[in-house]
Amino acid sequence: MRSGRDPCAFSRMDLFTRKKVQPTEPILIPHGELTFLTKQEILMAHKIFSELQDRENGPYSSRVSMEKIHTLPELKSNPFRKRICHVFSTSDMKDGSLSFEDFLDLLSAFSDSATLEIKSHYAFRIFDFDDDGTLDARDLEKLVNSLTGETDDTRLTGEEMRQLISNILEESDIDKDGTVNLSEFQHVISRSPDFVSSFKIVL
Amino acid sequence: MCLIVLFSNVLTTFSPYFQWIQKEEQKAGINRSLQLEEGKPSQQIASSSSDDNSEDESMSEGEMARLKEDVEEKKKLIATLRNKPWRMKRRLKCLKEAQAFVEKFEGALGKGKGRRLYAFKVMMTKKIIKFNRDFENFKTACIPWESRIKEVESHFGSSVASYFIFLRWMYGLNLVLFGFVFGLVVIPEVLMGMPYGSIARKTVPREEQDSAMDFSVLFEFGGYCKYSIMFYGYYNYQRSIGLLQFRLPLSYLLVGLGIFGYSLMVVIRTMARNANEGGDGAEDGAFTFCWKLFTSWDFLIGNPETADNKFASTTTSFKESIVDEQENLKDENIHLQRFLRVLANLLILCCLGGSGYLIYYVVKRSQEFAKKDRNELSWLQKNEVEIVMSLLGLVCPPLFEVIAELENYHPRIALKWQLGRIFALFLGNLYTFLFALFDEVNAKLENEKEIKNETIWALKEYYTNYTLYHNVTENIPPPNISPADVIRGPCWETEVGIEFVKLTVSDIQVTYLTILIGDFLRAVIVRFLNYCWCWDLEAGFPSYGEFDISGNVLGLIFNQGMIWMGAFYAPGLVGVNVLRLLSSMYYQCWAVMACNVPHERVFKASRSNNFYMGLLLLVLFLSLMPVVYSIMTLPPSFDCGPFSGQDQMYDVIMETIEKDLPPFMADIFSYASNPGLIMPAVLLMVLAIYYLNAVSKAYQNANMDLKRKMQMQRDEEKNRRNNKDSTNQVMKDLEDLLPNKSLIPPPSAEETEKPADQLSKSPKVTGKPGAAATGKGVHVQKDVSLAAANPRAPVTRPPGPRPPGPLPGNARGPPPGQGMGRGRGGPPPRR
Repeated sequence: MRSGRDPCAFSRMDLFTRKKVQPTEPILIPHGELTFLTKQEILMAHKIFSELQDRENGPYSSRVSMEKIHTLPELKSNPFRKRICHVFSTSDMKDGSLSFEDFLDLLSAFSDSATLEIKSHYAFRIFDFDDDGTLDARDLEKLVNSLTGETDDTRLTGEEMRQLISNILEESDIDKDGTVNLSEFQHVISRSPDFVSSFKIVL
Repeated sequence: MCLIVLFSNVLTTFSPYFQWIQKEEQKAGINRSLQLEEGKPSQQIASSSSDDNSEDESMSEGEMARLKEDVEEKKKLIATLRNKPWRMKRRLKCLKEAQAFVEKFEGALGKGKGRRLYAFKVMMTKKIIKFNRDFENFKTACIPWESRIKEVESHFGSSVASYFIFLRWMYGLNLVLFGFVFGLVVIPEVLMGMPYGSIARKTVPREEQDSAMDFSVLFEFGGYCKYSIMFYGYYNYQRSIGLLQFRLPLSYLLVGLGIFGYSLMVVIRTMARNANEGGDGAEDGAFTFCWKLFTSWDFLIGNPETADNKFASTTTSFKESIVDEQENLKDENIHLQRFLRVLANLLILCCLGGSGYLIYYVVKRSQEFAKKDRNELSWLQKNEVEIVMSLLGLVCPPLFEVIAELENYHPRIALKWQLGRIFALFLGNLYTFLFALFDEVNAKLENEKEIKNETIWALKEYYTNYTLYHNVTENIPPPNISPADVIRGPCWETEVGIEFVKLTVSDIQVTYLTILIGDFLRAVIVRFLNYCWCWDLEAGFPSYGEFDISGNVLGLIFNQGMIWMGAFYAPGLVGVNVLRLLSSMYYQCWAVMACNVPHERVFKASRSNNFYMGLLLLVLFLSLMPVVYSIMTLPPSFDCGPFSGQDQMYDVIMETIEKDLPPFMADIFSYASNPGLIMPAVLLMVLAIYYLNAVSKAYQNANMDLKRKMQMQRDEEKNRRNNKDSTNQVMKDLEDLLPNKSLIPPPSAEETEKPADQLSKSPKVTGKPGAAATGKGVHVQKDVSLAAANPRAPVTRPPGPRPPGPLPGNARGPPPGQGMGRGRGGPPPRR
């Protein structure tokens, strides 16, 4: 029974953001309908994003480079930060830079109220290191390495790694093609009690 | 602030509405004029709409319906757009299109008067949605400490934050209880009751008056504190007070019981909601490795140190599970293991018994001390009970942990044991304390009887003397004694209340001091002495403290239990607790951020939520029992509290029923309390419980059955794919014969729809060659191939009835007519 935003709310939103953020702000699109974020969160995201923007070359570049994004404390120590940027970036140069819309996409997928469906979809793409649409053994190995850290004393040995990956494939790979595809991944993830509560980033 | 928001919403709701109506009318007017001009009413809609099939009928019923449907569909699309994992640009484009469509055609729907109504309705739904959204935004902005908890969350991960969320939940609960108690009991008594000093129960006795304002006395809740609004004894027994005829005693009793009722309801509702959110939780062992790999990273972690810890713990858990997998049974000295475990449990039982005895002993001793003069006692002697209880709570859990080392359990199991033991310790202590307290109460009751007799004797003496002296027998004025000098009983209710308040306060002190010394001081020493010490303090022995989630949660739960127990005898206790929780929130947030390091042991929050709630429920029940027992059986004090002068506390209810309610209500109540009616009701409830239990068991069985089926299907699937071209000879033959080799339907379709699979097994196998020669069970296929040897082979058998045996899957197949019509294996009807 929900309908679109009425024009009145539209203009009020613009007025609001104009007053609050910058007088010459371009019209903010109705992100409320498109994301899982509340108005406060969007405004907060905008503030953070424009701060990142300002530190780069002037306020007119619409994108923020991956390095800048990684200075956010929420992403600083995340082992998947590069993957996250790559997945959400719409840049043609494949450099992982984010526009504001991409940034909102990111926050929306990681927000509290996003559905399991969305979250597992993006999780799959983040874990798919070579972007080929399936998680094969090499992806899984990279994933394990990201999770155990880069230092030698926490890394698994080759034997352990082989064992682990074969166990994982044994559990999740239903069609036995040696890779985990999206539906298999979602099948596994949807039964996990912890996934939704831990796949979150808050500003 | 809320009001302002509401008001502004209302304003903005109405002003555009008029504009909208006008606009709609204009549109309608234009349409009408168009109609008149062209003379062809049929075309105007087609011209304005972009309908592809452009039929020459305007706004016929069907078209209207279709248009309406389209609009609804677009609306639905707008609502669910955020659920699509598309890029923002694509979603935005989609949204704009859909919105434009809705904007364009929404006005065209409806006719004449209906149009106006429709426009109004549309407008209102929009406004309501807008309002709801604003309200949601407002609600999220109102949740207290959100940013604080998020900060903790980003440093320590979700498990530590779960404690703070629990604390916040508890604060909310206590705030409601506080509202009940203060709104319905304390405030009316303060505003409308008799003022301080007017009667004996509201006055400090003469002999205590000198020291009533001393800090040491006040600190132990004696003196003015004891005769204040905080405790049971202060309340008067007047049936109704003030202009409103407020029934204070009744309200006191109902609030006392209502606290339990409300808490019970809230806890159970939260538990039910958690259970629903927890998902099926099925197949616990099925995806251990996958879950470890895919869901172990907590994306909330924003602190390099925590991240390092997380790396380490993930590695350990990987290694552990690999080792577990490799050698499922460790072949150790099982006898030694058993002996050690029994020994450990014995030791712990000794600890529990010892602590129980210690408390009993101390409480007994404190009763003896209480008989002596207070000034002779040292501070230690006066506060022995509280100190001993707090110390036991402080010393025993680490002791248990040390003993548990003997047992050599898996950390997760060890944690459960540890929690259970701490729980037993707290509970044992609390109940020993209660029993000792009841002993004391009984002694007080004896004492009270004597004093009551004395009072009555004194009064009688006064009256006799008065009659003798003045020679009047009627209208004797009551004895003119200052309320401070009246002989008074011990008022056991207030004593119990004081015990609970003291216990709570000392608990607060110990908790806060432990944090200050155990965490803060330790962190300071480790941090600053590290520059000039022999070994590395930060990495070595003392290091920084960890945040003890389970211990803190248990502490919180037991504190709440004490509040529930004490709230009836000390209405002020709820206020104390609210203050405690409020300060605790800030203090512990600060402490955890300032001086704790993240955990090494992973303790998942989502799993344990309902565990904590279950503990809370248990504690609630256990604290409900003594209170209800004391309300139901012990006679209230004769000279203090709202129930003085009655034999039992619940007599207030009887009185109200008799005097205030109309007589037929009294009749109803008397019938309802008849054992003849109560017994069948209890029986009915028992039966209902039995029935529901049976139903839930049946569901559980069905669930298990489905799960097993799914498992079987998955195994079969695996086997089939593995053995596609090796083992199953019959299938291979069949496959060779079939023209279309793409036998494998997409896996997702099969996983979900078993019936479809069964369907495809039977009649379709013969009907459409190659469509569904699924290898489900070898001999089904064999039978099929026997019955209809080869789809391409010429039909040799004469038409006859379909053989019932060979097609076992047919039982659930489509209705025979349809199946036979297409099936070649059956009697071909075309011939």
